[in-house]
Amino acid sequence: MTITAPIRPLPATPPAAAPPRKRRASSGGVTRTLFSETEISRGKGRVLYWVVLTLVFVLFLAVFIFPLYWMFSSAVKTPEEYAQPDPTLFPHSFEPETYRLAWDRMRIAKFFGNTALYAFGGWLIQLVFQVGVAYALSKLRPMFGKVVLGGMLASLMLPATALLIPAYLTVTDVPIFGWNLLNSPWALWLPAVANAFNIYVLKRFFDQIPNDLLDSAALDGAGRFRVLWSIVLPLSRPVLGVVSIFSIVAIWKDFIWPLLVLQDPETQTLSVALSRLASTSQVPPTQLMAGLAIASVPMIVVFLIFQRSIIGGLAAGSMKG
Amino acid sequence: MAVATAGRRTAFRSRLGRKIQDNLMAYAFMAGGIACFALFSWYPLVRGVILSFQQINFVTDPYWVGAENFTAIFDDPLFFTAWKNTLVFTGLALIFGFFVPLALSILINEMRHLKGFFRVAVYLPVMLPPIVGVLLFRYFYDPGFGLFNTILRGVGLPESQWTQSSSTAMISLVLVSTWANLGGATLMYLAALQSIPGDLYEAAELDGASAWRRLRHVTLPQLRFIMLVLLLLQIIATMQVFIEPYQLTGTSNPDTVTVMVLIYRYAFTVNQDFGMAAAMSVLLFVVLAIFSAIYLRVTRDRD
Repeated sequence: MTITAPIRPLPATPPAAAPPRKRRASSGGVTRTLFSETEISRGKGRVLYWVVLTLVFVLFLAVFIFPLYWMFSSAVKTPEEYAQPDPTLFPHSFEPETYRLAWDRMRIAKFFGNTALYAFGGWLIQLVFQVGVAYALSKLRPMFGKVVLGGMLASLMLPATALLIPAYLTVTDVPIFGWNLLNSPWALWLPAVANAFNIYVLKRFFDQIPNDLLDSAALDGAGRFRVLWSIVLPLSRPVLGVVSIFSIVAIWKDFIWPLLVLQDPETQTLSVALSRLASTSQVPPTQLMAGLAIASVPMIVVFLIFQRSIIGGLAAGSMKG
Repeated sequence: MAVATAGRRTAFRSRLGRKIQDNLMAYAFMAGGIACFALFSWYPLVRGVILSFQQINFVTDPYWVGAENFTAIFDDPLFFTAWKNTLVFTGLALIFGFFVPLALSILINEMRHLKGFFRVAVYLPVMLPPIVGVLLFRYFYDPGFGLFNTILRGVGLPESQWTQSSSTAMISLVLVSTWANLGGATLMYLAALQSIPGDLYEAAELDGASAWRRLRHVTLPQLRFIMLVLLLLQIIATMQVFIEPYQLTGTSNPDTVTVMVLIYRYAFTVNQDFGMAAAMSVLLFVVLAIFSAIYLRVTRDRD
């Protein structure tokens, strides 16, 4: 629980909107760092550089990649091999059916489906509501718009956990409407909309779309919604992409909130179900490993595909001025 | 004359009408978002404070109990244990989580090869659902067949009970947490390092500064702002630690009970007492708000 970037990030310039002056790399050559090229490419420095590079590579492989390899590979061991006091680096036995057993018998399939439903539904509803707010604040500029924005941004300063108890009670009995959202997808979807960071990023991006463009469309008789749909949204694809990735990843990774509001095992997310299954002794440990691996695959895939946006968004979040 | 006034009046009225219509339109776009903020962010904040002075039983209406919730939590011997553990966790997490990312980012930044690999590898654990890292380490920590004790045996060191001994439980939790989260800080440092103007290093080199002096007098001063920001963010994040103690050592283990675990205990396990949980949340909120305010101050001054 050290730095969980998209949850409480710095007020950021949206990555896609970052001014082009940052791209210094294109102005020729390598950026100068602590050591110069000559120090690294000659004599003793060269040897030292390759030694350090190898050591760092091995260190990263062992610390960050190996645990994942361990997870995927130990799931295919037989339970006997798995539990022997000297763990085997390469599985001697090979039982890929463990993955299928976990999927069917541990009902990972069900929880996987739940989580996917929560992530995609939450993504859709967040995008609709957050784009609506950002568009109105940026382009329609209503009265008290600044107050609304201020109230939303103020919530960034509230640590989520401090609101956990009252938010839980709110979900059990939503004021005015009187709904009980426990064990329903809405218990994850609606609170997810209250994410000021996404609204801020979207608004900052919309602000940079010239008003003339929208005015001329309005003169041609396009309504507010039409302008949003056919002009603003197509221009905003990059920022919509970043916001989408972050909201899907956040729901997939979330733990404590779904733990509280989805107590019925049938409705649980993969993370909460794995936590519950791990605390019972009936589940074979190899199947649990397979479950962990299955829960990780979508995030690994998302990361490998969108790593530029994710790392770029993170870097932009840390750079100000 | 009368016609002109009437014309002006209709013009005014239509302008006013359009203004109202525009505002209605804008608020229609924002209605869903505002409702969600009101219900799940603004209202719970107020409700949380009120609740800390109330008692609820889900049967009758909530009733006022004055400061009883607060005296109840102060009387709980776990109260001070939880705060002490939280501070120990935050402190230990800073020792690892603050300096390791800094060192890693400086190393990666000097590498002329495999930079992309290093960046992806360090951030991969951050992408995984937290429960995956925690349960994976549960197997590594297993005193019987776990990987860590195998390694310790292999290099001839004494084995450890890891999460199952009160002397090593906390450090074990910090290790998982650091492994799972240091990627974010590392990449932020890396971005900051890449924006340090190369001229500074060249000038220092011309002045005959050694690599060590360049690190101390160019690199670190240039990173001062981001170091302060990440320090504050990390304190705020680690004080809310929950999943590691919840899954690895349980909610009733006094060695590792933290503030968040205690809030969870009050509300959902032992006591079923939402008033006490709300009172504890208010205290946590006040402490975190202090760090948030400093953070806000620091980042605003920079603008």
